Amino acid sequence: MSTRPDARTEILRRVRAAMPTAPVPVPRDYASDDGPPGAEVVDLLVDRLEDYKATVRRCTAADLPATVGALLADVPSLVLPPGVPSSWSSSFAGSRAIDGDPAPLTVTALDAPGVAVVTGCAVAVAQTGTIILDAGPDQGRRLLTLVPDHHVCVVRVDQVVERLPAALRRLADPTRPLTMISGPSATSDIELNRVEGVHGPRRLEVVVVD
Amino acid sequence: MTGTGNIVTRLPFPTAARRELGDEQLRRNLRKATHTIRDKRLRVVGEVSDWEQLRVAGAAIKDDVQARLPSLLEQFEAAATAAGATVHWARDAEEACAVVADLVRATGTAEVVKVKSMATQEIGLNEALEAVGINAVETDLAELIVQLADDTPSHILVPAIHYNRTQIRDIFASRMADVDATTLTDDPPALAEAARRHLRSRFLSTKVGISGANFAIAATGTLAVVESEGNGRMCLTLPETLISVVGIEKLLPTFADLEVFLQLLPRSSTGERMNPYTSLWTGVTPGDGPQTVHIVLVDNGRTDTLADPVGRQALRCIRCSACLNVCPVYERVGGHAYGSVYPGPIGAILSPQMSGEGANRTLPYASTLCGACFDACPVRIDIPQVLVHLRQSGVDAARSRPSAERTAMRTMSYVMRDRRRYAAALRAARRGAAPLRLAAGGRGTLRRLPWPLSAWTSTRDAPLPPKQTFREWWAREHSS
Repeated sequence: MSTRPDARTEILRRVRAAMPTAPVPVPRDYASDDGPPGAEVVDLLVDRLEDYKATVRRCTAADLPATVGALLADVPSLVLPPGVPSSWSSSFAGSRAIDGDPAPLTVTALDAPGVAVVTGCAVAVAQTGTIILDAGPDQGRRLLTLVPDHHVCVVRVDQVVERLPAALRRLADPTRPLTMISGPSATSDIELNRVEGVHGPRRLEVVVVD
Repeated sequence: MTGTGNIVTRLPFPTAARRELGDEQLRRNLRKATHTIRDKRLRVVGEVSDWEQLRVAGAAIKDDVQARLPSLLEQFEAAATAAGATVHWARDAEEACAVVADLVRATGTAEVVKVKSMATQEIGLNEALEAVGINAVETDLAELIVQLADDTPSHILVPAIHYNRTQIRDIFASRMADVDATTLTDDPPALAEAARRHLRSRFLSTKVGISGANFAIAATGTLAVVESEGNGRMCLTLPETLISVVGIEKLLPTFADLEVFLQLLPRSSTGERMNPYTSLWTGVTPGDGPQTVHIVLVDNGRTDTLADPVGRQALRCIRCSACLNVCPVYERVGGHAYGSVYPGPIGAILSPQMSGEGANRTLPYASTLCGACFDACPVRIDIPQVLVHLRQSGVDAARSRPSAERTAMRTMSYVMRDRRRYAAALRAARRGAAPLRLAAGGRGTLRRLPWPLSAWTSTRDAPLPPKQTFREWWAREHSS
């Protein structure tokens, strides 16, 4: 390869040589702003989450520990990102481990049978039933919501927006690791029908807190 | 520069199509799958009141990227580098494979896990890694099926679309060492479960992940992978080293531009409002995910395509495969007939432009020009326009050589230029056709003509001249 000019120089030269035109104006006539926030937006989120086979519970802030506790009734061990308030899982009776306290949790520990994880989220999109995690303190490292087979995600109603454009604008820093989740792991690879449950968590439970 | 790798067709399309058309099971499988996805797509696209505005914006953003590609590439490189990634460049498939193979070898590992990626299929990465003793494990369910079956992909989104559930069950039963063939059923959840168990330990232990990217954000150096199963998240999160192979046309100027494409792509590809998982990462994040991150920017025929003012719109493609699913030709012949890893209508314009090679010149004719692909395309690529343009370029390129078709067209042109010549020719044709009409048993068409006209009748009937022309009918009706 040393006899050729370097690839970077040559590709950029060729792109410049082929360069089409002046910058193209982008008409942005699509709906980029949400309507006024309201109960129907939260209802839409619940409907769309359930349509893609997530389990949804709605509760008040006071009832959150009991609601989370009920969802974890058959779970022997719980893992938590460091920033999840301890009150969220105060009704949980099994063993619990906090990532990074004292040491980061290993993949093997997270892959053990019966492990569940409870996290918050950064923002949720009603129209598509999407939860966005941005590795904030109550969401933690990406593998925490990936390796355990059971993910309980707490969404406050003030984190729910109607459309994707509003959701992306809400993210504090787009360069943090981002994960968008719309229902549990699924595939359409067999005869193009959707089947839930492949490599990601097969149980996705969302608690919407009023 | 001219692209290489798995985009060059070995057989002319008509030859390959004839072979595929003989497989009735294939046609049944394709018909079922493409009709399922068509209906799903129409349903979820119908939910979006601003779909057309999103399409227009998506097309304009991609055109803007092409217009500003040099500076956006430099901006992306600078941002990704500042975030801790190492950016490499590759002119063609061989160079890209060599870059990746060197990076994998430097880690000392002999096995990598792969996220489904058209770019790595295009450059033939798996074969190149195998040649240097590195085992590349495909982790997407459909890619895994194809890999286990020693087959090649036949669809952009669902490479195993040509198999039905029973065939997939049989492939798993005979090729997956860790599956119990006596109990495995063809129930799709059972097949998904078998894939989960087969790959789990590899995800948790493999040191190097290889991916493509659906989008690359110039302003931030961010890459995005859109997927369903979670195999992508596994490969992007758990390995120590991540290598992403990205075509230079994948750039978007800013993070906010994702608001258009993340609405267009899932609805167009799997017919879902949103795919289960989308991952975005920017270089290295300490303590979270791979701590060594490489990005290989690949040309492989893209700059050649960019140089054609009509054909360059093919580079808007976001690999959703909606055009395949609505194409009457694809539905019948399947992806293998197109030879390239890019089949269907988009492949018929992308593969010839990227590779500029021999048998690929037949691909622009693999279409009825019905236009369903343009209607379905989320970034408004006028595929029929480019098909006609490429057909014309093919004819223009051969203009210096004698051609029977051109001689015939010249003669026709001479005859039709003059009304008397034209009427005389029609009368002569009718007299000549009279015995043929008898031979055809009274039908208005002929099934078979002698060479060289057999080239026409090998794929369609030849119409016989009518018993009277419109002019003659008019003259008779109005003479009295």
